[in-house]
Amino acid sequence: MNVRTSSYQTLIEGGKHWSFTMRAGMHLRLTDADGGANVGMLFYNPQNTLERYNAPDTLKCQHTFKLTAGHCLYSDMGRIFCSVTEDSVGWHDTVCGSSSQQSVQQRWGIHRYQEHRNDWYQNGTDAFLVEAGKYGLGRRDLAANVNWFSKVATAEDGTLNFDSTNSGAGQFVGLRFEMDTLVLLHTCPHPLNPAPLYPRKAVHLQFSEAQPVADDDLCRNSRPENARGFANTEFYRLCGVHGGEAR
Amino acid sequence: MRRESHLLPAEALFRQSIPAGDFWIDSLKKDQRLRIVDVEGNQAADTLFYNARDTAERYSAVDTIREQRNVYLSCGSKLLSTAGNVLAEIVADTVGRHDTLGGACAAESNTVRYALEKRTMHSCRDSYLLAAARHDHLGIAKRDLTHNINFFMNVPVTAAGGLTFADGLSGPGQYVEIRAAMDIIVLISNCPQLNNPCNAYNPTPLEVLIWNADVR
Repeated sequence: MNVRTSSYQTLIEGGKHWSFTMRAGMHLRLTDADGGANVGMLFYNPQNTLERYNAPDTLKCQHTFKLTAGHCLYSDMGRIFCSVTEDSVGWHDTVCGSSSQQSVQQRWGIHRYQEHRNDWYQNGTDAFLVEAGKYGLGRRDLAANVNWFSKVATAEDGTLNFDSTNSGAGQFVGLRFEMDTLVLLHTCPHPLNPAPLYPRKAVHLQFSEAQPVADDDLCRNSRPENARGFANTEFYRLCGVHGGEAR
Repeated sequence: MRRESHLLPAEALFRQSIPAGDFWIDSLKKDQRLRIVDVEGNQAADTLFYNARDTAERYSAVDTIREQRNVYLSCGSKLLSTAGNVLAEIVADTVGRHDTLGGACAAESNTVRYALEKRTMHSCRDSYLLAAARHDHLGIAKRDLTHNINFFMNVPVTAAGGLTFADGLSGPGQYVEIRAAMDIIVLISNCPQLNNPCNAYNPTPLEVLIWNADVR
Protein backbone atom coordinates (compact mmCIF):
# COMPACT_ATOMS: atom_id res chain seq x y z
CA MET A 1 0.00 0.00 0.00
CA ASN A 2 1.31 3.40 -0.93
CA VAL A 3 0.74 5.56 2.12
CA ARG A 4 1.59 9.18 1.57
CA THR A 5 1.07 12.14 3.82
CA SER A 6 -0.85 14.66 1.75
CA SER A 7 -0.76 17.54 4.17
CA TYR A 8 1.36 18.97 6.94
CA GLN A 9 1.07 21.97 9.17
CA THR A 10 3.22 23.75 11.70
CA LEU A 11 3.66 27.03 13.53
CA ILE A 12 6.80 29.15 13.27
CA GLU A 13 7.18 31.56 16.14
CA GLY A 14 8.18 35.18 15.57
CA GLY A 15 11.86 36.05 15.18
CA LYS A 16 12.81 32.58 13.85
CA HIS A 17 13.89 30.98 10.57
CA TRP A 18 13.39 27.76 8.61
CA SER A 19 13.85 26.28 5.14
CA PHE A 20 12.42 23.44 3.03
CA THR A 21 12.08 22.30 -0.55
CA MET A 22 8.69 22.46 -2.24
CA ARG A 23 7.85 20.07 -5.04
CA ALA A 24 6.10 21.37 -8.16
CA GLY A 25 2.38 21.00 -7.61
CA MET A 26 2.42 21.69 -3.88
CA HIS A 27 0.59 24.49 -2.14
CA LEU A 28 1.72 26.48 0.87
CA ARG A 29 -0.65 28.68 2.83
CA LEU A 30 0.84 31.19 5.27
CA THR A 31 -1.48 32.48 7.98
CA ASP A 32 -0.74 35.45 10.20
CA ALA A 33 -1.38 33.96 13.66
CA ASP A 34 -1.30 37.11 15.79
CA GLY A 35 -1.74 40.01 13.34
CA GLY A 36 1.13 42.17 12.16
CA ALA A 37 3.28 39.26 10.96
CA ASN A 38 6.20 39.51 8.56
CA VAL A 39 7.62 36.54 6.66
CA GLY A 40 10.86 37.20 4.78
CA MET A 41 11.19 34.68 1.94
CA LEU A 42 13.76 33.77 -0.73
CA PHE A 43 13.46 31.13 -3.48
CA TYR A 44 16.08 29.04 -5.32
CA ASN A 45 16.08 26.21 -7.84
CA PRO A 46 17.39 23.29 -5.74
CA GLN A 47 18.97 21.69 -8.84
CA ASN A 48 20.88 24.87 -9.70
CA THR A 49 20.83 27.40 -6.91
CA LEU A 50 22.28 30.04 -9.24
CA GLU A 51 18.68 30.34 -10.41
CA ARG A 52 16.93 32.42 -7.75
CA TYR A 53 14.03 34.74 -7.03
CA ASN A 54 14.35 38.00 -8.93
CA ALA A 55 12.27 40.81 -7.46
CA PRO A 56 12.93 43.32 -10.27
CA ASP A 57 11.85 40.82 -12.96
CA THR A 58 8.80 39.88 -10.88
CA LEU A 59 7.77 43.53 -10.59
CA LYS A 60 8.53 44.70 -14.12
CA CYS A 61 7.04 41.62 -15.82
CA GLN A 62 3.73 42.32 -14.10
CA HIS A 63 3.93 46.13 -13.89
CA THR A 64 3.43 46.00 -10.15
CA PHE A 65 5.12 47.33 -7.02
CA LYS A 66 3.15 45.11 -4.62
CA LEU A 67 2.45 41.37 -4.62
CA THR A 68 -1.04 39.89 -4.29
CA ALA A 69 -3.34 37.18 -5.73
CA GLY A 70 -2.82 36.70 -9.47
CA HIS A 71 0.88 37.48 -9.36
CA CYS A 72 3.68 35.04 -10.14
CA LEU A 73 7.09 35.04 -8.47
CA TYR A 74 9.79 34.86 -11.13
CA SER A 75 13.29 33.46 -11.14
CA ASP A 76 16.06 35.30 -12.97
CA MET A 77 15.69 32.66 -15.73
CA GLY A 78 12.21 33.72 -16.81
CA ARG A 79 10.50 30.87 -14.96
CA ILE A 80 7.90 30.87 -12.20
CA PHE A 81 8.74 29.49 -8.77
CA CYS A 82 5.24 29.96 -7.46
CA SER A 83 1.94 31.70 -8.10
CA VAL A 84 -0.02 33.67 -5.53
CA THR A 85 -3.33 31.82 -5.79
CA GLU A 86 -5.11 33.34 -2.78
CA ASP A 87 -4.58 36.40 -0.63
CA SER A 88 -6.80 37.94 2.03
CA VAL A 89 -4.26 40.72 2.70
CA GLY A 90 -3.94 42.54 -0.64
CA TRP A 91 -0.41 43.90 -0.44
CA HIS A 92 2.93 42.22 0.24
CA ASP A 93 6.29 44.00 0.00
CA THR A 94 9.32 42.91 -2.00
CA VAL A 95 11.41 46.09 -2.14
CA CYS A 96 12.50 46.76 1.45
CA GLY A 97 14.82 43.83 2.15
CA SER A 98 15.49 42.49 5.62
CA SER A 99 16.56 43.82 8.98
CA SER A 100 20.22 43.48 10.05
CA GLN A 101 21.90 42.96 13.40
CA GLN A 102 22.73 46.65 13.42
CA SER A 103 19.23 47.86 12.55
CA VAL A 104 17.56 45.61 15.12
CA GLN A 105 19.95 46.75 17.85
CA GLN A 106 19.40 50.40 16.95
CA ARG A 107 15.61 50.09 17.14
CA TRP A 108 15.05 47.57 19.91
CA GLY A 109 18.33 47.25 21.78
CA ILE A 110 20.57 44.25 22.33
CA HIS A 111 18.87 41.03 23.39
CA ARG A 112 21.57 38.36 23.25
CA TYR A 113 21.00 34.64 23.39
CA GLN A 114 23.10 34.46 26.60
CA GLU A 115 20.54 36.44 28.60
CA HIS A 116 17.31 35.87 26.68
CA ARG A 117 17.60 32.36 25.23
CA ASN A 118 14.74 31.78 22.74
CA ASP A 119 13.57 35.37 23.17
CA TRP A 120 16.76 36.84 21.72
CA TYR A 121 16.32 39.41 18.95
CA GLN A 122 17.08 37.64 15.68
CA ASN A 123 17.39 39.72 12.49
CA GLY A 124 16.33 38.86 8.94
CA THR A 125 19.73 38.99 7.26
CA ASP A 126 21.44 36.70 9.79
CA ALA A 127 18.41 34.37 9.64
CA PHE A 128 18.76 34.09 5.84
CA LEU A 129 22.54 33.57 6.09
CA VAL A 130 22.04 30.64 8.49
CA GLU A 131 19.43 28.95 6.28
CA ALA A 132 21.37 29.70 3.07
CA GLY A 133 24.49 28.17 4.57
CA LYS A 134 22.73 24.82 4.91
CA TYR A 135 22.69 24.57 1.11
CA GLY A 136 26.18 25.92 0.47
CA LEU A 137 24.88 29.43 -0.18
CA GLY A 138 26.27 32.59 1.37
CA ARG A 139 26.46 36.39 1.31
CA ARG A 140 26.71 36.52 -2.47
CA ASP A 141 23.50 34.51 -2.82
CA LEU A 142 21.07 36.66 -0.85
CA ALA A 143 18.78 38.81 -2.95
CA ALA A 144 15.82 41.16 -2.56
CA ASN A 145 13.32 39.04 -0.61
CA VAL A 146 9.55 39.00 -0.28
CA ASN A 147 8.09 40.34 2.97
CA TRP A 148 4.72 38.58 3.22
CA PHE A 149 2.03 40.45 5.20
CA SER A 150 3.94 43.77 5.07
CA LYS A 151 2.83 46.82 3.12
CA VAL A 152 5.06 49.72 2.16
CA ALA A 153 3.32 52.19 -0.15
CA THR A 154 4.77 55.27 -1.82
CA ALA A 155 3.74 58.91 -1.92
CA GLU A 156 3.77 60.93 -5.14
CA ASP A 157 7.40 61.93 -4.56
CA GLY A 158 8.46 58.34 -3.90
CA THR A 159 8.51 58.53 -0.09
CA LEU A 160 8.00 55.11 1.53
CA ASN A 161 5.28 54.60 4.14
CA PHE A 162 5.02 51.45 6.25
CA ASP A 163 1.42 50.45 7.02
CA SER A 164 1.22 48.93 10.51
CA THR A 165 -2.42 47.90 9.98
CA ASN A 166 -1.90 45.84 6.83
CA SER A 167 -2.50 42.35 8.24
CA GLY A 168 -4.59 41.05 11.13
CA ALA A 169 -4.81 37.70 12.91
CA GLY A 170 -6.13 35.01 10.55
CA GLN A 171 -5.15 36.76 7.31
CA PHE A 172 -3.53 34.42 4.81
CA VAL A 173 -1.70 34.16 1.52
CA GLY A 174 -1.42 30.98 -0.58
CA LEU A 175 1.37 29.93 -2.95
CA ARG A 176 1.18 27.23 -5.61
CA PHE A 177 4.62 26.00 -6.61
CA GLU A 178 5.11 25.65 -10.36
CA MET A 179 8.59 24.12 -10.12
CA ASP A 180 10.67 22.47 -7.42
CA THR A 181 11.79 25.29 -5.16
CA LEU A 182 14.10 25.71 -2.21
CA VAL A 183 12.40 28.13 0.19
CA LEU A 184 14.28 30.09 2.87
CA LEU A 185 12.14 31.99 5.35
CA HIS A 186 12.34 34.04 8.49
CA THR A 187 9.71 35.56 10.76
CA CYS A 188 11.80 38.54 11.86
CA PRO A 189 10.18 42.00 11.90
CA HIS A 190 9.95 44.04 8.71
CA PRO A 191 12.91 46.45 8.62
CA LEU A 192 10.60 49.48 8.61
CA ASN A 193 8.35 48.27 11.44
CA PRO A 194 8.25 51.18 13.93
CA ALA A 195 6.80 49.16 16.84
CA PRO A 196 8.23 50.24 20.21
CA LEU A 197 8.81 46.60 21.24
CA TYR A 198 10.43 43.90 19.06
CA PRO A 199 7.37 42.47 17.24
CA ARG A 200 7.39 38.71 17.73
CA LYS A 201 4.65 37.44 15.41
CA ALA A 202 4.01 33.77 14.74
CA VAL A 203 3.00 32.36 11.36
CA HIS A 204 1.07 29.20 10.63
CA LEU A 205 2.26 27.11 7.63
CA GLN A 206 -0.05 24.67 5.87
CA PHE A 207 1.40 22.36 3.19
CA SER A 208 -0.88 20.47 0.81
CA GLU A 209 -1.27 19.21 -2.76
CA ALA A 210 -2.31 22.03 -5.09
CA GLN A 211 -5.23 21.77 -7.48
CA PRO A 212 -4.03 21.30 -11.08
CA VAL A 213 -3.56 24.53 -13.05
CA ALA A 214 -6.82 25.02 -14.96
CA ASP A 215 -7.16 26.73 -18.33
CA ASP A 216 -8.87 29.68 -16.65
CA ASP A 217 -6.26 29.90 -13.87
CA LEU A 218 -6.11 33.34 -12.26
CA CYS A 219 -2.31 33.65 -12.22
CA ARG A 220 -1.70 32.24 -15.68
CA ASN A 221 -4.26 34.57 -17.22
CA SER A 222 -3.77 37.73 -15.18
CA ARG A 223 -1.30 39.08 -17.75
CA PRO A 224 0.04 37.85 -21.12
CA GLU A 225 3.51 37.90 -19.52
CA ASN A 226 2.46 35.18 -17.09
CA ALA A 227 1.23 32.90 -19.90
CA ARG A 228 4.77 33.14 -21.29
CA GLY A 229 6.26 32.57 -17.84
CA PHE A 230 4.18 29.40 -17.56
CA ALA A 231 5.32 28.35 -21.06
CA ASN A 232 8.99 28.75 -19.99
CA THR A 233 8.35 26.73 -16.83
CA GLU A 234 6.54 23.98 -18.77
CA PHE A 235 9.41 23.75 -21.26
CA TYR A 236 11.78 23.23 -18.34
CA ARG A 237 9.54 20.43 -17.06
CA LEU A 238 9.34 18.88 -20.55
CA CYS A 239 13.13 18.70 -20.65
CA GLY A 240 13.01 16.65 -17.47
CA VAL A 241 15.65 18.71 -15.71
CA HIS A 242 13.11 19.46 -13.11
CA GLY A 243 11.18 17.23 -10.82
CA GLY A 244 7.61 16.57 -9.96
CA GLU A 245 6.39 13.26 -11.35
CA ALA A 246 8.82 13.43 -14.27
CA ARG A 247 11.88 13.00 -12.08
CA MET B 1 16.98 67.09 -6.73
CA ARG B 2 18.89 68.47 -9.69
CA ARG B 3 22.39 69.84 -9.25
CA GLU B 4 25.02 70.61 -11.87
CA SER B 5 28.65 69.71 -11.44
CA HIS B 6 31.46 72.23 -11.67
CA LEU B 7 33.98 69.64 -12.86
CA LEU B 8 35.47 70.34 -16.29
CA PRO B 9 35.78 67.54 -18.86
CA ALA B 10 39.18 68.96 -19.84
CA GLU B 11 40.47 68.15 -16.34
CA ALA B 12 39.14 64.58 -16.30
CA LEU B 13 41.61 61.78 -15.68
CA PHE B 14 39.72 59.44 -17.99
CA ARG B 15 37.08 59.77 -20.66
CA GLN B 16 35.51 57.01 -22.71
CA SER B 17 32.43 56.30 -24.79
CA ILE B 18 30.39 53.14 -24.12
CA PRO B 19 28.51 52.09 -27.27
CA ALA B 20 25.01 50.65 -26.81
CA GLY B 21 25.13 46.93 -26.13
CA ASP B 22 28.63 47.16 -24.69
CA PHE B 23 29.85 47.21 -21.09
CA TRP B 24 32.42 49.08 -19.05
CA ILE B 25 34.06 47.80 -15.88
CA ASP B 26 36.68 49.71 -13.91
CA SER B 27 37.64 50.64 -10.38
CA LEU B 28 37.32 53.99 -8.62
CA LYS B 29 39.47 55.07 -5.69
CA LYS B 30 37.77 56.59 -2.68
CA ASP B 31 36.73 60.20 -3.41
CA GLN B 32 37.21 59.89 -7.17
CA ARG B 33 34.20 61.08 -9.13
CA LEU B 34 32.50 59.32 -12.00
CA ARG B 35 30.18 61.09 -14.40
CA ILE B 36 27.88 59.09 -16.67
CA VAL B 37 26.56 61.11 -19.62
CA ASP B 38 23.39 60.27 -21.52
CA VAL B 39 24.93 61.53 -24.78
CA GLU B 40 21.90 61.41 -27.08
CA GLY B 41 19.13 61.12 -24.45
CA ASN B 42 16.74 58.48 -23.05
CA GLN B 43 19.40 55.79 -22.79
CA ALA B 44 19.61 53.46 -19.76
CA ALA B 45 22.89 52.95 -17.88
CA ASP B 46 22.43 49.68 -15.97
CA THR B 47 24.97 50.05 -13.19
CA LEU B 48 26.34 47.86 -10.37
CA PHE B 49 28.86 48.77 -7.67
CA TYR B 50 31.11 46.50 -5.58
CA ASN B 51 33.47 47.01 -2.67
CA ALA B 52 36.83 46.64 -4.49
CA ARG B 53 38.34 44.79 -1.52
CA ASP B 54 35.44 42.38 -0.99
CA THR B 55 33.19 41.93 -4.00
CA ALA B 56 30.68 39.94 -1.93
CA GLU B 57 29.77 43.36 -0.54
CA ARG B 58 27.89 45.08 -3.33
CA TYR B 59 25.24 47.63 -4.18
CA SER B 60 21.90 46.83 -2.56
CA ALA B 61 18.86 48.47 -4.09
CA VAL B 62 16.57 47.42 -1.23
CA ASP B 63 18.88 48.72 1.52
CA THR B 64 19.41 51.95 -0.41
CA ILE B 65 15.74 52.78 -0.92
CA ARG B 66 14.69 51.63 2.55
CA GLU B 67 17.30 53.70 4.38
CA GLN B 68 16.60 56.87 2.35
CA ARG B 69 12.84 56.15 2.65
CA ASN B 70 12.35 56.81 -1.04
CA VAL B 71 12.15 54.61 -4.15
CA TYR B 72 13.84 57.10 -6.49
CA LEU B 73 17.51 58.01 -6.67
CA SER B 74 18.80 61.53 -7.20
CA CYS B 75 21.42 64.00 -5.98
CA GLY B 76 22.11 63.26 -2.31
CA SER B 77 21.21 59.57 -2.53
CA LYS B 78 23.72 57.42 -0.68
CA LEU B 79 24.21 54.14 -2.51
CA LEU B 80 24.36 51.50 0.21
CA SER B 81 25.94 48.06 0.15
CA THR B 82 24.51 44.74 1.28
CA ALA B 83 26.40 45.36 4.54
CA GLY B 84 24.79 48.77 5.01
CA ASN B 85 27.92 50.76 4.15
CA VAL B 86 27.99 53.73 1.77
CA LEU B 87 29.65 52.69 -1.50
CA ALA B 88 29.09 56.00 -3.25
CA GLU B 89 26.94 59.11 -3.20
CA ILE B 90 25.20 60.87 -6.06
CA VAL B 91 26.76 64.35 -5.94
CA ALA B 92 25.44 65.86 -9.17
CA ASP B 93 22.40 65.06 -11.27
CA THR B 94 20.83 67.09 -14.07
CA VAL B 95 17.92 64.64 -14.50
CA GLY B 96 16.35 64.51 -11.03
CA ARG B 97 15.17 60.92 -10.86
CA HIS B 98 16.69 57.50 -11.56
CA ASP B 99 15.26 54.00 -11.21
CA THR B 100 16.55 51.17 -9.04
CA LEU B 101 13.44 48.94 -9.02
CA GLY B 102 13.36 47.64 -12.59
CA GLY B 103 16.60 45.69 -12.69
CA ALA B 104 18.49 44.79 -15.83
CA CYS B 105 17.06 43.18 -18.94
CA ALA B 106 18.00 39.54 -19.57
CA ALA B 107 17.36 37.19 -22.46
CA GLU B 108 15.11 35.17 -20.17
CA SER B 109 13.05 38.06 -18.78
CA ASN B 110 12.70 39.39 -22.34
CA THR B 111 10.85 36.17 -23.26
CA VAL B 112 8.35 36.91 -20.51
CA ARG B 113 8.02 40.62 -21.10
CA TYR B 114 7.89 40.69 -24.89
CA ALA B 115 7.71 37.29 -26.66
CA LEU B 116 9.24 33.83 -26.33
CA GLU B 117 11.02 34.35 -29.67
CA LYS B 118 13.03 37.26 -28.20
CA ARG B 119 15.19 34.75 -26.33
CA THR B 120 18.24 35.25 -28.51
CA MET B 121 18.29 39.06 -28.40
CA HIS B 122 21.14 40.88 -26.69
CA SER B 123 20.58 42.02 -23.10
CA CYS B 124 22.23 43.77 -20.17
CA ARG B 125 22.67 40.52 -18.29
CA ASP B 126 24.57 39.02 -21.23
CA SER B 127 26.89 42.04 -21.13
CA TYR B 128 27.29 41.64 -17.36
CA LEU B 129 28.11 37.93 -17.74
CA LEU B 130 30.73 38.62 -20.39
CA ALA B 131 32.26 41.40 -18.29
CA ALA B 132 32.41 39.04 -15.29
CA ALA B 133 33.95 36.24 -17.34
CA ARG B 134 36.60 38.45 -18.91
CA HIS B 135 37.50 39.87 -15.49
CA ASP B 136 37.12 36.73 -13.42
CA HIS B 137 40.08 37.76 -11.25
CA LEU B 138 37.62 40.17 -9.59
CA GLY B 139 35.55 37.27 -8.25
CA ILE B 140 32.33 38.60 -9.76
CA ALA B 141 30.09 35.92 -11.29
CA LYS B 142 26.40 35.33 -11.99
CA ARG B 143 25.40 35.31 -8.31
CA ASP B 144 26.89 38.80 -7.96
CA LEU B 145 24.91 40.26 -10.86
CA THR B 146 21.97 41.59 -8.89
CA HIS B 147 19.44 44.34 -8.57
CA ASN B 148 21.12 47.32 -10.24
CA ILE B 149 20.57 51.02 -10.79
CA ASN B 150 19.08 52.20 -14.08
CA PHE B 151 20.50 55.68 -14.44
CA PHE B 152 18.33 57.86 -16.71
CA MET B 153 15.32 55.49 -16.47
CA ASN B 154 11.98 56.76 -15.17
CA VAL B 155 9.84 54.06 -13.51
CA PRO B 156 7.10 55.78 -11.46
CA VAL B 157 5.34 53.84 -8.70
CA THR B 158 1.65 54.61 -8.14
CA ALA B 159 0.00 55.00 -4.73
CA ALA B 160 -2.10 51.90 -5.56
CA GLY B 161 1.02 49.78 -5.98
CA GLY B 162 1.42 49.85 -9.76
CA LEU B 163 4.68 50.17 -11.64
CA THR B 164 4.73 52.24 -14.80
CA PHE B 165 7.40 52.78 -17.42
CA ALA B 166 7.23 56.42 -18.35
CA ASP B 167 9.06 58.49 -20.89
CA GLY B 168 12.51 59.33 -19.61
CA LEU B 169 13.13 62.61 -17.83
CA SER B 170 16.58 62.58 -19.37
CA GLY B 171 17.71 64.13 -22.63
CA PRO B 172 20.83 64.69 -24.73
CA GLY B 173 23.84 65.63 -22.60
CA GLN B 174 22.15 65.02 -19.24
CA TYR B 175 24.39 63.41 -16.67
CA VAL B 176 24.69 61.96 -13.20
CA GLU B 177 27.84 62.09 -11.10
CA ILE B 178 28.83 59.91 -8.15
CA ARG B 179 31.66 60.22 -5.63
CA ALA B 180 33.14 56.95 -4.39
CA ALA B 181 32.91 56.62 -0.60
CA MET B 182 35.35 53.69 -0.62
CA ASP B 183 37.44 51.93 -3.27
CA ILE B 184 34.82 50.46 -5.57
CA ILE B 185 34.38 48.55 -8.81
CA VAL B 186 31.83 49.95 -11.25
CA LEU B 187 30.12 47.77 -13.85
CA ILE B 188 27.92 49.46 -16.46
CA SER B 189 25.91 47.83 -19.22
CA ASN B 190 24.80 50.31 -21.84
CA CYS B 191 21.37 48.79 -22.36
CA PRO B 192 20.84 47.14 -25.78
CA GLN B 193 17.06 46.81 -25.35
CA LEU B 194 15.23 46.99 -28.71
CA ASN B 195 11.75 46.12 -27.41
CA ASN B 196 11.07 48.95 -25.00
CA PRO B 197 9.69 52.31 -26.14
CA CYS B 198 11.65 54.03 -23.31
CA ASN B 199 14.61 54.56 -25.64
CA ALA B 200 12.46 54.95 -28.77
CA TYR B 201 13.78 51.50 -29.84
CA ASN B 202 17.08 53.21 -30.53
CA PRO B 203 19.85 52.52 -28.00
CA THR B 204 22.58 55.16 -28.12
CA PRO B 205 26.08 55.69 -26.63
CA LEU B 206 26.91 56.69 -23.06
CA GLU B 207 30.06 58.45 -21.96
CA VAL B 208 31.96 58.05 -18.69
CA LEU B 209 34.45 60.51 -17.20
CA ILE B 210 36.55 60.18 -14.03
CA TRP B 211 38.10 62.97 -11.96
CA ASN B 212 40.63 62.60 -9.19
CA ALA B 213 39.69 63.68 -5.70
CA ASP B 214 42.02 66.69 -5.73
CA VAL B 215 40.36 68.30 -8.77
CA ARG B 216 38.22 71.14 -7.45
